[in-house]
Amino acid sequence: MHSTGQDQQKTFSIWRRLHIDVPLLAGILSLMILGLFIVYSAGGQSIDMAIKQARNMGIALIVMIFVAQIPPLIYRKWAVPMFIMGILLLVAVLLFGHIGKGARRWINLGVFMFQPSEVMKLIVPVMIAWYVSQKNLPVRILNVFIAFILLLIPTLLIARQPDLGTSLLIASSGIFVIFLAGSSWKLIGSCAVLASAFAPILWMFLMKPYQKQRVLTFLNPEQDPLGSGYHIIQSKIAIGSGGLHGKGWLQGTQSQLEFLPERHTDFIFAVFSEEFGLIGVSVLLLVYLTIVMRGLWIAVHAQQAFTKLLAGSLTLTFFVYVFVNIGMVSGLLPVVGVPLPLVSYGGTSMVTLMAGFGILMAISTHRRFHA
Amino acid sequence: MATKRVTIRNHTAEANLFARRTFIAMLGLIVLLLILFYNIYQLEIVSYEKYKTRSNSNRIKLLPVAPNRGLIYDRNGVLLADNKPVYSLEVIPEQVPNFAETITQVSQLLDISDERQKKVLQSLKSKRRFKPIEIQSRLSEQQVALFSVNQHKFPGVFIDARLKRYYPFGDLTTHSLGYVARINRRDEIKLEEQGKAENYAATRNIGKLGLEKYYQDILHGTIGNQEVEINSQGRVIRTLNFTPPVPGKDLTLSLDIELQMIAKRALSGKRGAVVAIDPRDGGILAMYSNPSYNGNLFVHGISYKDYNKLTGSKNLPLINRTVQGYPPASTIKPLLALTGLEEGIITEHTTINDRGVYQLPGIETKRRDWKKWGHGKVNLTKSLEQSCNIYYFDLSYKLGITKIARMMEKFGFGEYTGVDLHEENHAIMPSVEWKRARYGKAWYTGETLSVGIGQSYWTVTPLQLAQSISILANKGQIKVPHLLKATSEVSFSNDGNGLHREVKTTEQPIDLKPPIELNNPRHWDIVLDGMHNTVQKKGATAYIPFKGARYDAAGKTGSAQVANIAQGEEYNAETTIESKRDNAMFVAFAPFESPEIVVAVAIENVAKGGGSTNAAPVARQIMDQYFGDREIISKTKHPLHEEIYQHVDKKKTRNR
Repeated sequence: MHSTGQDQQKTFSIWRRLHIDVPLLAGILSLMILGLFIVYSAGGQSIDMAIKQARNMGIALIVMIFVAQIPPLIYRKWAVPMFIMGILLLVAVLLFGHIGKGARRWINLGVFMFQPSEVMKLIVPVMIAWYVSQKNLPVRILNVFIAFILLLIPTLLIARQPDLGTSLLIASSGIFVIFLAGSSWKLIGSCAVLASAFAPILWMFLMKPYQKQRVLTFLNPEQDPLGSGYHIIQSKIAIGSGGLHGKGWLQGTQSQLEFLPERHTDFIFAVFSEEFGLIGVSVLLLVYLTIVMRGLWIAVHAQQAFTKLLAGSLTLTFFVYVFVNIGMVSGLLPVVGVPLPLVSYGGTSMVTLMAGFGILMAISTHRRFHA
Repeated sequence: MATKRVTIRNHTAEANLFARRTFIAMLGLIVLLLILFYNIYQLEIVSYEKYKTRSNSNRIKLLPVAPNRGLIYDRNGVLLADNKPVYSLEVIPEQVPNFAETITQVSQLLDISDERQKKVLQSLKSKRRFKPIEIQSRLSEQQVALFSVNQHKFPGVFIDARLKRYYPFGDLTTHSLGYVARINRRDEIKLEEQGKAENYAATRNIGKLGLEKYYQDILHGTIGNQEVEINSQGRVIRTLNFTPPVPGKDLTLSLDIELQMIAKRALSGKRGAVVAIDPRDGGILAMYSNPSYNGNLFVHGISYKDYNKLTGSKNLPLINRTVQGYPPASTIKPLLALTGLEEGIITEHTTINDRGVYQLPGIETKRRDWKKWGHGKVNLTKSLEQSCNIYYFDLSYKLGITKIARMMEKFGFGEYTGVDLHEENHAIMPSVEWKRARYGKAWYTGETLSVGIGQSYWTVTPLQLAQSISILANKGQIKVPHLLKATSEVSFSNDGNGLHREVKTTEQPIDLKPPIELNNPRHWDIVLDGMHNTVQKKGATAYIPFKGARYDAAGKTGSAQVANIAQGEEYNAETTIESKRDNAMFVAFAPFESPEIVVAVAIENVAKGGGSTNAAPVARQIMDQYFGDREIISKTKHPLHEEIYQHVDKKKTRNR
């Protein structure tokens, strides 16, 4: 009895020394393995694609471990310069960015294409958490107002690119910080009222026609089943035809016969549901829930206001990824380009997500003995 | 300063606040997760059936497979309508490494026109890369052979075989068989209305005329289906299920192709028609209208040139003369005599004195017999033998139009016979009511006299004429004439020892109508005897044409005026323009005691003479063939036209 307890303590301390949070890693790895199988199926059973995705995952894991080694207080120290740098990069993107898929998102650094909005997904919560944690909690109205302005700058810059999905994720990461910092319920309520009053203005003056079309399609996809409604209709057919058990791995007709668009990226959840059914979906949702719960546990047990707010925001933003992606694929939300985290094919967003998990692990493992 | 702030800060309170907010966020996200789950549950469990169906209808397509059209045989099993493979050269673009070059090379090999090549290259843009494009349709046998040898040089190019209707006897059968041609918009609408569109999804041709049209449903069969899985581009991934089509039934006709040939030869150079019926069952043995045309022209889509040639011909080959109305002339005298007997106007022994002229009481107009000085004393039998007009002027005057019309309608005049052709004309049996309806005028007694010799408004089709004689020969029994004798279905069964071919043949039942009952059945015999004498008695009108026949025939001649001859003038064929010359008519049946064949002949605008010299010899040839010894051509399945003619000629010399 005595020796096992010591062993446990020892192994625990090894992971601690490596700055790895084991429950979080377990959840991440199970999602990644699941993701590999689905990418293989969704990519027309191409082993090349699966290998590429495995490489992406490897890089992302290395990034996570590397980030986990950095003490969280370093971020607090560098929050403002990083934020200013990020804003400048976003402006640069709008001015001389590289255009791809109809949006101006990339900067050509010669060696590789760099996407500043991805880095901002991490810098913005760091910045807002830094700003809010300067003062005593609960946060006061004036500070909330200033935090909102800080948040609005990158959000609008990214929305201009246009990249609705990312600006949504960035806005919510900041809002989560403000919420967790204890902003008054009155304020939250009036903001909600303001936002709903703002919606018609947004619709009439700010939204582009294709964005309006997406909303209309979301409200009634059958209106144009072969055009704008095609994605969501085929996606719902894929999910619905999966039933309880699913059609089996590699057996999804909607995906294998290519009726489902964007199979290996944004709509990969539909492939998964078609092949693994409601049972598979339940397991997937539980894995996500586990990761989110662990993230919130880390946040609650963090030692400082800054790390608490940052960990909470990163975790909740991760959940927004899951909710928005599954919501849009199953017809609950309009289509915005948000991948299913750790499962969808693609390197960039995965690296950012894993860097976020690295920060969470750092918060979880870099503890000082006092305080 | 900094240290001071740290001491002021209440870490426990902040931690509690944060924990509370985190807990609220957790509750919120669990609610959102449950909403997600509920939505997926709705899709995958509640609406499962709906989405399963939609997913299947995405991927499963039914490819219709056309059934093979039933074949048509004559009564002796000679094939009259065949399905022949036609070959077309096709290409699947995605299987060809260099499309343009391949097309050029294959075109050089098979001598395909530049225009055709251009069209193929153009259609490449509008078609899916895995769907075949037709390079050339209707390849010749040489082209097929040439390509087959060189096929290995052209991957992706192949020959596709399809079945097309072919009529081996060409113009000999067109008026009865009709033809098939491509389904057009009108056909599609009609099929839609009749709810048959689904069954015709893969069918290209449809019966447009004749039996091909009348028996379209029987000949067509039932569509088959290939159930395939396709991907989002429509490419076939695999076959899931196959339901073979049920081929159309084969038809066996009562028609005898040899009699058709005799009829064609006998009518060559003339406009006219021949109908031969078996009075025992109503089966049509021969049905030929001259001139005819080749039905095969229409199967592939007739060219403007050919079509204009047909429609422009003054001999009107497109008209089926066997079902067109002609004045019956004297051929209906036996039936008028029967009417007179039945109505008690005349008896077997009633005699008139024919001096060549007939005048109605109180009317100037004189009507003449065809024999200038008359036939002298004429009784019923002699009136038929000599075709005495005066006898029938008097008889019809005494009967009146109404009694004549009532009786003639019983024999089918002025009505459809019910033959299995849509092209049938009912012709005209005039009556008081008919004239009032048609012209709004009263009936004149003078017109009754003309009706008495089968003229005036009265027209009959050769088919009606044959049918009326068939009824007479059957002494009142009415058997509806028809071309279809039997239908047969071919089916295959497997009992373990291999495939067995089974043919199930269904004989067409005889279609009876209520018979004609006479007050005195002996009247049949009186009239039939008269017809018998017309052929058998020396000096009678049809004696010479049937001299020496090995069978016992009975008949009646007729010559119909086409032009109006003014009072006091005489008809002279040589001075009359061709289209105004007399028509020659003839009806006959044999053997007299138990009739097996009834023949009706109509020939338009004969140059010289009348029914006895022009039409009767045609009937003679038909009957000679019919009663000749029957070593029939059916042994050879695809006989060539010429060979059969030689065969027939040999037999003829044997008969003599």
